[in-house]
Amino acid sequence: MKDFAQLYYDLDQTNKTNDKVEILKEYFLNANEEDKKWALALFIGKRPKRIISSTLLREYAAEFSGIPLWLFEESYSIVGDLSETISLLLPPPTQAESYSLSYWIGLMQSMGKKSIDERKEAMIQAWDTMNSQERMVFSKITSSTFRVGVSQNLVIRALSQAYHIDGNVIAHRLMGNWNPNEISFDELILSHNNKDLLSRPYPFCLAYPIEKQVNELGQATKWVAEWKWDGIRSQIIKRAGQLFIWSRGEELITDKFPELQTLLNIIPDGTVIDGEILPYSEGKVLTFNVLQTRIGRKNLNPKILREAPVIVYAYDLLEWDNEDIRGKTLADRQALLNTLVNGLDQNAQIQLPPSIYFNDWDELPAIRTKSRAYMAEGLMLKRKESIYQVGRKKGDWWKWKIDPLSIDAVMIYAQRGSGRRANLYTDYTFAVKNGEEFVPFTKAYSGLTDKEILEVDKWIKFHTKEKFGPVRTVDPQLVFEIGFEGIQKSSRHKSGIALRFPRMLRWRTDKVVNDINTLEDLQQMLAQYEKGL
Amino acid sequence: MYCSVGQFYIDPYKGVDKAIISHGHGDHARYGSKHYLAHPDTVAIMNVRLGKVNNYQGLEYDEEININGVKISLHPAGHIIGSSQVRLEYQGEVWVFGGDYKTEDDGISQAFVPVPCHTFISECTFGLPIYNWKPQAEIFEDIHNWWLNNQQRGLASVILAYSLGKAQRIIHNLDLNTGPVYTHGSIYQLNKALREVGQNIPELPKVDLSIKNKGLYRNALIIAPPSSAGSPWLKRFSPFSLGVCSGWMALRGSKRRQAADKGFVLSDHADWVGLNSAIAATGCERVIATHGYTQIFAAWLREKGYDAFAQKTLFEDEEQSKEEVLPNVENENGEVN
Repeated sequence: MKDFAQLYYDLDQTNKTNDKVEILKEYFLNANEEDKKWALALFIGKRPKRIISSTLLREYAAEFSGIPLWLFEESYSIVGDLSETISLLLPPPTQAESYSLSYWIGLMQSMGKKSIDERKEAMIQAWDTMNSQERMVFSKITSSTFRVGVSQNLVIRALSQAYHIDGNVIAHRLMGNWNPNEISFDELILSHNNKDLLSRPYPFCLAYPIEKQVNELGQATKWVAEWKWDGIRSQIIKRAGQLFIWSRGEELITDKFPELQTLLNIIPDGTVIDGEILPYSEGKVLTFNVLQTRIGRKNLNPKILREAPVIVYAYDLLEWDNEDIRGKTLADRQALLNTLVNGLDQNAQIQLPPSIYFNDWDELPAIRTKSRAYMAEGLMLKRKESIYQVGRKKGDWWKWKIDPLSIDAVMIYAQRGSGRRANLYTDYTFAVKNGEEFVPFTKAYSGLTDKEILEVDKWIKFHTKEKFGPVRTVDPQLVFEIGFEGIQKSSRHKSGIALRFPRMLRWRTDKVVNDINTLEDLQQMLAQYEKGL
Repeated sequence: MYCSVGQFYIDPYKGVDKAIISHGHGDHARYGSKHYLAHPDTVAIMNVRLGKVNNYQGLEYDEEININGVKISLHPAGHIIGSSQVRLEYQGEVWVFGGDYKTEDDGISQAFVPVPCHTFISECTFGLPIYNWKPQAEIFEDIHNWWLNNQQRGLASVILAYSLGKAQRIIHNLDLNTGPVYTHGSIYQLNKALREVGQNIPELPKVDLSIKNKGLYRNALIIAPPSSAGSPWLKRFSPFSLGVCSGWMALRGSKRRQAADKGFVLSDHADWVGLNSAIAATGCERVIATHGYTQIFAAWLREKGYDAFAQKTLFEDEEQSKEEVLPNVENENGEVN
């Protein structure tokens, strides 16, 4: 595993895209078949099941290192990364053998049936053969926290360059639920027939946020505007009499939506639709909050299905009559889609979303302001002549979101970050006022510049009131404007509310703690949000 | 640190009447005191950094003087050239102020010598078990390999290292046959001053701003202070690879923040094993932990049976500025504190 661990470090230590591609390419060209298959699986997020909880991992590592657990925890809070902490603490290896990545993954997979004691024994024996880099990577894989700062696009570029295959073809071959235990690297990447992969989705076409004024996009009549829905972006696939639903995160979610099985009877074989799964009742889209109550549940009982009904809003057609039609124009694809959906029952669980008509760019800003009433996040602008691209490409599709909701809050707790932010206080908890009391309502990690982070970090170190493990309470003085995309009731939070995608919009150095919003303000925002205002 | 019996300070952060200086780094050797006492090499360094004045008094290692009844002597701390531990003895009670120290012999700073005492005041900059240094021979092998590799790739090699201490340590341990070595002006100045007091430091050219020859640095290694990171001064060496020599390079996060191409874990402070062995070697009963992970390190030492506690100092980023005075911890006879 030395070469794979070295690969991880090399990738980790450069910010240069071209270097990363080169490093990956070298690895793919030199590693053995089994190793590169597993490396690829790990890079695109197909991690083996976790075999040891992080709590046990800490205990074993502390024991093997001969230090008390509390000292391990303190070290961890400084390093900010559990596996890196382990790699820094363990004593030097005493065994000289060296094993491959695929050997260790095989061993991990055999651990599933073993007792806790046997797993511990195996873990400690494994560590005892490894250098510090291997230990870090191995600990990440066993605790299923392996991530690397390499996007799928870079992996695709590297494979494309290494094997001289078009990147879009590679991207497509990597989609879906291929199982590294059941397929070889050659079958996956190099073979021409895609026999096995009946359920394989297409890479989603993604949009960038619009950067300029809409009227700079050229003639308005060459563009389609659509609502940007706030649901689950999905591909609905029917092939060989079977239905497959994929989320944009490449999860197979067919089982999460049993009511969509009705589509099996009404859409023809050899069809792939791109659309959005949305909570929907009595002709209206509901807030994402409704959908959130059923996502992540293992058991969907009739009550939940009744309370959070869904439909699919279809907006693109990728495969028709068993043929990949992504190369046709959007206008042509949507014409076919309209024929398909218009031919279905009006109450079918797949529908066309309401259209947006506009003749001139001037009309769009006013339309966009109505987004919340439609339970939409804003607008999508798509060029009528555009083909269905692979991944995020600039030029043909743009998203034009409405401004986030926002509120002014004060920082009350801070915690150290991890990775590049290890040792810096970057994870903050914010509060609004309720009378004289500060009520925490959200955490946020992103939105500050590196320079601001350093400044806030320093401030925190000088204004700490108390320390609880890795958390510090600070003087409630620094005011931030917190932006978020949605708000909902929550019985789990003291404030009674939970936010979607909270982040810091601005550090309000012009404001003091008396200027922040109140809990009542938040409750009002919640009431309005639920009404679509 | 203040000794109330002797009425002198060690490494005061502002001007006082009598100051004993452990070593020449800026957070220890400060302006404004009336009388300074330090090792002669540290005096040479202060001459360069604080300006030439006549109130510096040199004291060789192991020589003893007496201030207000307190016996004072300096002992090698192994941190940088001239760095000293300060031994204080009053009525049979011995305290040692370790200053900044490291236990590995770096070949240029006089090597650390444990000094038996009752109370040891120990830094703990790297006082966590995650910090374990490799022997410096291995680090220098890495540095040479990186340098040779850069030469093959047509890159200059720039190393960021503190001007005082780390720079001289690197120069001393480099194989100068590998290629030309240049220094930043601040390092050049210090090297010159140290040569004048008899230190064996090879004479290396400084980077000459007036020479505009792109090819000049192609195979070279350039040693520059950390403050030059990201500066226009660095650009003249392009294309180059940037290496940083610091104990903090042990953590991936710190290394990425530095935007270094290569991190060399080379520190002039003791690592975890070094700190623990140094403390054990003094045979002390009490440890006062300063500079670093003081609370954690003191808690660890208490588990090991020491009477240990943390002492805040001004130069820790985590702490508010407070008057830096030893706590009134007195022994049974109410003697030293």
